[in-house]
Amino acid sequence: MSAPLGTLPRWVNYGLLPLLNVAVAFAVSGLVVLFIGENPIDAVQYLVVGALGDGEGIAFTLYYATNFIFTGLAVAVAFHGGLFNIGGEGQIYLGGLGAAFAALALDRYMPWYVTAVVATAAAFAFGALWALIPAWLQAKRGSHIVITTIMFNFIAASLMVYLLVHVIKPPGNMSPQTRLFEEGGQLPKLGWLMQWFGLDIGAAPFNVSFLIALVAVVAVWLLIWRTRFGYEIRTMGTNATAAVYAGIPYVKTVVVTMLISGGLAGMMALNPVMGDAGKLQIDFPAGAGFVGIAVALMGRSHPVGIVIASILFGVLYQGGAALAFDMPNISREVIILIQGLVILFAGALEHMFRPALIAIFAAKPKSRTASAAGAA
Amino acid sequence: MESLFADLIQIFAATVRLSVPLIFTALAGLYAERSGIFDIGLEGKMLFSAFSAASVATVTGSPWLGLFAAILTGVLLSLVHGFASITQRGNQIISGVAINFIASGLTILLGNAWFGQGGRTPQLANSARFTEITLPFAAEIAPIPFLGPLYSGLISGQNILVYLAFLAVPFTWWVLYRTRFGLRVRAVGENPGAVDTAGISVTWLRYRALICCGILAGFAGTYLSVAQSASFIREMSAGKGYIALAALVFAKWKPLNVLLTCLLFGFLDAASIRLQGTIIPGMGEVPVQLIQALPYILTVVLLAGFIGKAIPPKAGGVPYVKER
Amino acid sequence: MNAPTAASTPAIELVGIDKRFGPVHANKNINLSVAKGSIHGIIGENGAGKSTLMSILYGFYHADSGQILVDGKEIRITDSQTAIQAGIGMVHQHFMLVENFSVLENVMLGVEGGPLLKRGVAAVRAELGRIEREYGLEVDPDALIEDLPVGKQQRVEILKALYRGAEVLILDEPTGVLTPAEADHLFRMLAQLKAQGKTVILITHKLREIMAITDTVSVMRRGEMVATRKTSETTMAELAELMVGRRVLLRVEKDEAKPGPVILSVENLTVKDARGVTMVDNVSFQVRAGEIVGIAGVAGNGQSELLEAIAGIRKPASGRILLNGEPVERLDPAKLRKKGLAHVPEDRHHMGLVLAFEEYENAILGYQDDPKYLKGPFLDIDAIRKDAVARIEDYDIRPADPRLKTANFSGGNQQKIVLAREIERDPACLLVGQPTRGVDIGAIEFIHKRLVALRDQGKAILLVSVELDEIRSLSDRILVMFAGTIVGEPAPHAGEQEIGLMMAGIGREAAE
Repeated sequence: MSAPLGTLPRWVNYGLLPLLNVAVAFAVSGLVVLFIGENPIDAVQYLVVGALGDGEGIAFTLYYATNFIFTGLAVAVAFHGGLFNIGGEGQIYLGGLGAAFAALALDRYMPWYVTAVVATAAAFAFGALWALIPAWLQAKRGSHIVITTIMFNFIAASLMVYLLVHVIKPPGNMSPQTRLFEEGGQLPKLGWLMQWFGLDIGAAPFNVSFLIALVAVVAVWLLIWRTRFGYEIRTMGTNATAAVYAGIPYVKTVVVTMLISGGLAGMMALNPVMGDAGKLQIDFPAGAGFVGIAVALMGRSHPVGIVIASILFGVLYQGGAALAFDMPNISREVIILIQGLVILFAGALEHMFRPALIAIFAAKPKSRTASAAGAA
Repeated sequence: MESLFADLIQIFAATVRLSVPLIFTALAGLYAERSGIFDIGLEGKMLFSAFSAASVATVTGSPWLGLFAAILTGVLLSLVHGFASITQRGNQIISGVAINFIASGLTILLGNAWFGQGGRTPQLANSARFTEITLPFAAEIAPIPFLGPLYSGLISGQNILVYLAFLAVPFTWWVLYRTRFGLRVRAVGENPGAVDTAGISVTWLRYRALICCGILAGFAGTYLSVAQSASFIREMSAGKGYIALAALVFAKWKPLNVLLTCLLFGFLDAASIRLQGTIIPGMGEVPVQLIQALPYILTVVLLAGFIGKAIPPKAGGVPYVKER
Repeated sequence: MNAPTAASTPAIELVGIDKRFGPVHANKNINLSVAKGSIHGIIGENGAGKSTLMSILYGFYHADSGQILVDGKEIRITDSQTAIQAGIGMVHQHFMLVENFSVLENVMLGVEGGPLLKRGVAAVRAELGRIEREYGLEVDPDALIEDLPVGKQQRVEILKALYRGAEVLILDEPTGVLTPAEADHLFRMLAQLKAQGKTVILITHKLREIMAITDTVSVMRRGEMVATRKTSETTMAELAELMVGRRVLLRVEKDEAKPGPVILSVENLTVKDARGVTMVDNVSFQVRAGEIVGIAGVAGNGQSELLEAIAGIRKPASGRILLNGEPVERLDPAKLRKKGLAHVPEDRHHMGLVLAFEEYENAILGYQDDPKYLKGPFLDIDAIRKDAVARIEDYDIRPADPRLKTANFSGGNQQKIVLAREIERDPACLLVGQPTRGVDIGAIEFIHKRLVALRDQGKAILLVSVELDEIRSLSDRILVMFAGTIVGEPAPHAGEQEIGLMMAGIGREAAE
């Protein structure tokens, strides 16, 4: 994911350019809305009001954002190592299995905070485990990690259906899901947090996972920019030859990076499984693993950027529902389109506007590089 | 014996029906990837094509116009992919993911806006579909044991796209190995430098390969919504694009292998549907999920190099940069 | 102007060709005239701009300015297609072949003779047979390239050019990958081509080849065309001197070395590259404490591979490397560093630095596990930055900003970042590759002084450089490498000419 080195000033490179890319994605989405015959400005209004208009809306927005923070971090950690983890869906699925095992085992005996700790560890471990084989195959045998992680998504889906239908489902129950966790296996809602701001959480499933996500944000930031291993990940991802020169072991670094990435994806399962549904059911990842790609690209793989991008996507997911209600002509899936366009413009076409920006801002950065060269 | 054979014929017929979209899509991917452009946007191309085909067939009543629209859609999406990954030298994987999302969102959005059925398109009349073609003498041959059911139940009674899919395989083989275009496509996926120094434009060649990819994806989509079903249903590609991708890898990017692999994967799909809930004495219920996951597991095992080795086109995934 | 007669019209004439790659001025106002039916050599060190010039002639790059005349007519070569149409063929240093294609398919790529291959295949087969008979280029048309030895692959490249009707054939470093026998065969083929009236341009850095086969030779140095001679009227010594050039002599003040015990000992080391070609062939030498051993040689004679093998980046095929008497040939770079081996790599952009990192981050590359930079698993950013700032001052790195992205430093300052990092580690042994490549004069002096100071502290230094002048002014002992072996150890004050001859492999030939 290394960007060609331009001579753009920092604020253009890290501020204006990504903003421009995302703006174009939204502009194109607006054109589609216009094409359908609706007013895009009204649409944005419905969307924002639906997502941020009241306490419940905000809480829902943050509930969705929680998912995307985890998956965005997962994708970003791999990106830093030059790896593309497209297997978030599968890792979330397995993470849910880990969380559910912990909840089912402990919910009758332990308070929620004990269960939560064990479940977090289990979700991380299971997600990491699911990333292990693709990682190992990439590191040792050069099997393209994009293909293997995609395959593992489907394998995970089949595995989970099998387990839910044949193994975990309580006898006598018709639908393929676990029993409802008891209080010791559920993550409490964050009504108190909303109340601090004078807001009412309503029926939103906004829960403790959000706090765990914020801890993960800090942890990933520390990992990437403040630990030796993070330094090694970044070196491998930015300049593989230099990594060899620096004695950074390739196999170990690839595998551990992917374990962390998979573990973060797995942790996302806490939110829907223990924070919302209180049970493990089919299809709970609901594409969040893929949203993580958009979030990581938009947030430029930086934890702070990821939080901002996650909240934006949270707004889209929550507001999209409101939008679909208020403008029946626009279905909720407009957010999937926006996601796609964000991935296209902020990802695949991220450098499209660079030549133009260099033309505009060429004069300013020149003085800096010139002084750098002149000082030699 | 007789009934077992009839069962088999039924499973084979289902295999054929389920393989067809895989064959079209895997061949689509073959053109792209042999030219050095990874394409994980096959799923999206198939889905969007299916939507276009159903929409146009609904409005015009003509399956052929539907097919035309689907091809146009596939080609347009291919051009988006080409612009990102060839012209802008963007990341091909990311571009593919983007196309899948765009297709997934836009089909439902447009479908809902145009037809108001929550993303579905209206049920197509048979005249607006590609329906089964009964081959000559199907009825006459039917009573003959073995050969009869084989001919009338499997070979006859398919729609035209099925026959086209099976023709597309040798055709692709012929294009790839017997035409100038094919030679160049194979070369550019291995060593674009060789193509460039031979005085051929790498960019234009890759665009053309992607256009071929789009056309075939159009056929795949049309098959889903206008032949196999009678309407577009949201997310109706349901991961078939990814299975096709797996099939392409499993087939080691070779056309005839693609046919066999798609038939195998189609057969596994047919078998898993057929065996749902079946109890094998002594073993319990057949784990259909295992059968469903088998294509992916097999592909991973192949990629790992434990059975043979799937070596992708050497220049795949890397934008071609001439100047240093 | 009189119409030139056919005999005097040069096959190729380049006038004022100029080409820059960003800050690199690869070709400076180049003029060149190649006589028809001759073999014209272009010689120069790696990076002298030979390949760039030929890539311009073949339409692979576009010159910023200048003219190209083919047969006396100016043509605009916009791409390889126009070059091919003008009768120019090129055999690239890295073959432009599709490895899983047959010879036939490779030859016909781009000239298939119609949309279907069938007719073309027959035509190519027939024509190939004819060309093969005419030039003695026998090769099985149905063999796959990946199954052919390198020499045969090269023959396919020549066939490709001839099949396209090339009148002028450019060969870029054609013998780099060939065995001596294959190289001889190639030269016979080239003589044959010349006899048939073709024009050959041979790009090489090997003097022996120039003398053996060319009619005329042009010498390039640092992007400039410095001389053109009739081969029969020049000598290897003169060419060697022209190639290396009389540079501003940078005298380094230094006392006589006081060599101590052996620190680095290389015994019968053999290194192969990814293709299995032997790059370092049974090399043995020692470096003592308090001395600088310089390895001289024209680039591409195995010095890079030698350096990387000692640094643990390449695994040697055989032989031993001892550091302080301890075998280390199986250790990775991280473990070697801990044992006191520091390494300033030849290519700082691809290996020595991560250009996208901030300066202080590069200041610990390779030493990220040094306890003084760590607090548990965490990096001690304060300690790292403090160290970086101290080095910036000590080495006068400008701009003095540890938070600046490394790509924004000039070449000289980038090199100082690497050097500071490696020297300040107080290593027992320092490997230095091309310490002053792309570095301005001021920084060169600074770097040289630092290296001598390090020697005087009693460290063992192994220096690899293609700058003979640098080798001569820094080294206490000089080893000359040629074709993967050490061909001699000239006396410390040996003349440039003597060393130049050894670098050209003449010393060895005389011995044989």
